[in-house]
Formats: sequence, C-alpha cells, structure tokens
Amino acid sequence: METLLKLLRQNSRLSNAQLAAMTGTTENEVAAKIQELENTGIIKGYSVILDEDKAEKDVVTAIIELRVTPQADVGFDDISKKIVIYDEVTSLTLMSGGYDLAVTVTCASLKEVALFVAQRLSTIKGVLSTTTHFVLKRYKEKGFIISDGEYDEREFVSP
Amino acid sequence: MDYDKILSDKIKTIKPSGIRKFFDIAAQTEGVISLGVGEPDFPTPWSVRRAAIETIERRRIVYTANPGLLELRKTICSKVEERLGLKYEPDEAIVTVGGSEAIDLAIRTILNPGDEVLIVEPSFVCYSPITELAGGIPVPLETSEKEEFKLTAETLRSKITERTKMLILPYPNNPTGAIMTKEELEPIAEVLRGTDIIVLSDEIYSELTYGEKHTSIAQLDGMKERTILVNGFSKAYAMTGWRLGYVLGPKPIIKQMLKLHQYAIMSSPTISQYAGIEAIRHCDDEIKKMVDEYDARRRLIVKEFNRMGMECFEPKGAFYVFPSIKCSGLSSEEFCTRLVEEYKVAIVPGNAFGQSGEGYVRVSYAYSINHILEALKRIEAFLASLKNEK
Repeated sequence: METLLKLLRQNSRLSNAQLAAMTGTTENEVAAKIQELENTGIIKGYSVILDEDKAEKDVVTAIIELRVTPQADVGFDDISKKIVIYDEVTSLTLMSGGYDLAVTVTCASLKEVALFVAQRLSTIKGVLSTTTHFVLKRYKEKGFIISDGEYDEREFVSP
Repeated sequence: MDYDKILSDKIKTIKPSGIRKFFDIAAQTEGVISLGVGEPDFPTPWSVRRAAIETIERRRIVYTANPGLLELRKTICSKVEERLGLKYEPDEAIVTVGGSEAIDLAIRTILNPGDEVLIVEPSFVCYSPITELAGGIPVPLETSEKEEFKLTAETLRSKITERTKMLILPYPNNPTGAIMTKEELEPIAEVLRGTDIIVLSDEIYSELTYGEKHTSIAQLDGMKERTILVNGFSKAYAMTGWRLGYVLGPKPIIKQMLKLHQYAIMSSPTISQYAGIEAIRHCDDEIKKMVDEYDARRRLIVKEFNRMGMECFEPKGAFYVFPSIKCSGLSSEEFCTRLVEEYKVAIVPGNAFGQSGEGYVRVSYAYSINHILEALKRIEAFLASLKNEK
C-alpha cells in the first residue's frame, strides 16, 4: 500500500500494468487496491502539477493568513466550512503559530484577490484579521521542481 | 614536433572507450535525454557529505598512510566480514582511487608480459586495455543471454592455457545486470582450485542486488587465497565523484600492490576517506532505500521493453538492463546512433562492452520513473518508425 501511494505521488498516470510490474503484483490487485483507497477516502482525487506561469499568464495567487476567534464546540470547523465553498480558495489549512488559517486564493487579477479578501473573507463572523501575501514565483510544488533550476549534473553517457 | 613518433607505441594501439562517441553526439544534440549513465541519480547521503565538511573544517588535510587510514581499513574489514563472513586484516587492504585504480593495481601487480587474462564479456570497458598496457593478452570469455550472461565452467575450462594468469569476474555485471549465485560460482571455483590462476573479482555493484544476496567467489572453499576482491563506494553509497574504492587480497599480493599505489597515487583522497568511514558505519538504511527504488524501476523497465518487443532478460543486480535489439534489424551502433540523432535518447551500444554485447544495448535505470517513461516513449516511437521503413 505504502509503495503504491509513493509511486502514485510521483506520477498518478502510471497504468495499472506499470504499477503492478513495479510492486510485483497483478493488475487486478492494483485495481482493487486503488479502488479501496478511493472508497475509503484516502485518495481524494487526481490532479495535475502545472507551471502556472506558462499555463495561464493572467492568474494571481495569494496566501492569506487569517486570525479568527474559535467558536464553542466547533472550534475552527464552522468558519472553515464558510471558506472552503469558494472556488477561488484552492487550499485551506489550520495552522499553529501566529495565525490560525492559511487560505490560498487564486484569482484573475490582484484587484480580484483584494476584493475577495475584503468582501468575502474579512466579513465572515469571527475573523479578526487578514494578512495577504502574493505569490511571486513558484520553485517547487508537490515534490516537483517548477522553475528551470533543476538539471542533471551527470554526463550524458558514462561507463 | 612529430608527436606520433614520441608517443609510446603501446598507448597508441589502445582504443578509446566505445562509450565516448555517444557522449560526444549526445552532448552536441539539443534536447537529448539520457539513459546512458553508469552512476546513481541519488545524492551522496547527507551524513557522508557532513562528515566531509567536518573533515575540512576541523582538520589539516594531509596525506594519509599509503594504504589508507587505518580506521577506514578496519571499518572496511568489519563490513566485509559482516556481509560476506570473510576475515581480512587491515594490512590485507588498500584504499584506492575508486574501484578503477584497484583494478589497475591488481592487473599490473600480477601480470608478466605474455600472460593471458580471461575476461568475462560483456563487461566494464577497462579490463582489456589495462591488461594490454601491462603486457598481458586479454582472452574474452563470452557469455550469452541464453545463459543469463553468467560464466559457465565449460567456457572457462575451454580458454585456460598454460599462460593463463588471471580470471576477471565482474558480478553483479555492468552492462548486463547479471549476478552469479553461490551455486553458480561453485563449478567455477572447482575449475580454479589447484591452479595458480588468480581471480580478480570486481564486486563494485555488490550492494545493488534484487531478491538475491550477493555472494563473493572468495567465500567458497579454498578461494580466498586466490582471489583479489575489488569494491568501492561509488555505486553502493552514491559516491562516484569521491573516487574511493578498495582492494582486499592475500598479504603477499597486497604488499606488492602497495608499492605501485604508493608510487603512482601516494594515498587516496583524505576527505573522501573520512567520509567513507561514515558511509560504511551509518548508511545501510540509505542503501536499502536506494535498492528499493531501483528495484521498482527495474521491474518497470524490464516489463516495458518486453512489451515493446525488445526482449529483455531480467537482471538481478546493478542498475542496468540489457535488452536485445534483434527486432530492429540494426547493429548496436546503428541503433544507438539513430536513436540519439532521430529521437534524442542516449543509450550505449552493447558492443562497447565486448563483441558478445553486439545485438544488445545498455540502458541505465539510474533515473526517475518519469524520466524513464519519457525516454521509453521515444524509444517506442523509434521502433515504430523502423517498422514503417520496412
């Protein structure tokens, strides 16, 4: 199971036949395991890692630090529910340290991000403050080097 | 000046490595991806790098004793005992500049002019040239896919003459990935017992085996006294650039070898030697991680080549596969030249490793899975284009 997830993390487009070869099992077993991982909600979905700058030139991403007042019984979950529903929000995590929630927001322009924060996030009941950080450049995402900084130092051919 | 007149006759007869040509083509072509390297893609374990940095920070970096740091030789001996159950004393060991120097030392220490050296082929490119430079006569022992590229007692026996001085036994094998088990080594040992033939056992890939633990021929009865064991840090610990290897053998041989090492090299790189102690002592887990990763890629690449119609024998060691290119109708050189020029994938023709490698290519899987898949896609497209030509 662990090896299978490790391989899927590296490349979720590997075929069941390839995964079976690598893990020393059969295609049917791989299919069953993946099905189980999906059914139990361990695998939530499959996505793609893009160099956003190359894929869509007009996209602005920001990470917004939110300080909030936790509510009785539900803690942060109630506020989180109100935030995840927005399509602009691509990730939301509860943090330890100087603030509570980290919201990643992707919009078409800087102005849209600003409006989203002002009109949607800061107006939620319990939100004490927001700090917006704009993403300038991505170097690495989900284990993949995004910028062109990575190269193989080895010679093309060696004994 | 007429340099041709000045240069030694012998060195002029030595051919450059067949690998070189493909390096040149690949380096000049835009967008080439390679499955051509003979070195790990993993970085040297961090603790080893840290040990080197600490050595630089804390020490005067001076020559070590000629045979290498005593502490390192002791560490090597205890690791070899742990892995193979073979007991060597530190004065039966020399720390060398990679396995390459150890091979050079062994051959030059043993050979007299005219001595014959039996060399298992296909194999690493340096054995024949060094034998020739030492005045010896290389005698190839051809292995075949049918026998899983293992040496058989019949082949060995058929090539032994009165002049046979040495057998070079390179397992796990570069380029085929073949290994030899204890049961398969026994008949070889049986041929050699009672002779004066010395075995040069190049075990540089000993840590990289899949499903079967490495056996050294020196472990078999009566063989330690006639075996020179070469190993090193490059492949096991991903330390190619550190240039660190070692040779173990009977005291009278090592004693003579040490003279050569002392005059030619003085002592192996000091920083690498301190790093080597850390590698042997604390990096077994790192080896395991690398082996697991190589194993997954190995299984994938064998399957893919077979699916594509390039028959590929399942290697049990090193990080190479050696698929047949029979389906292409091309020679190894043509195949590799056209592949790199037309589809921009660099691999190495099998005949670079001896004539018995003709009809095969060496493909390294010391690359990430995604890199391997991209290269395989191109190779598959190349095969399809060849089919259309026909």
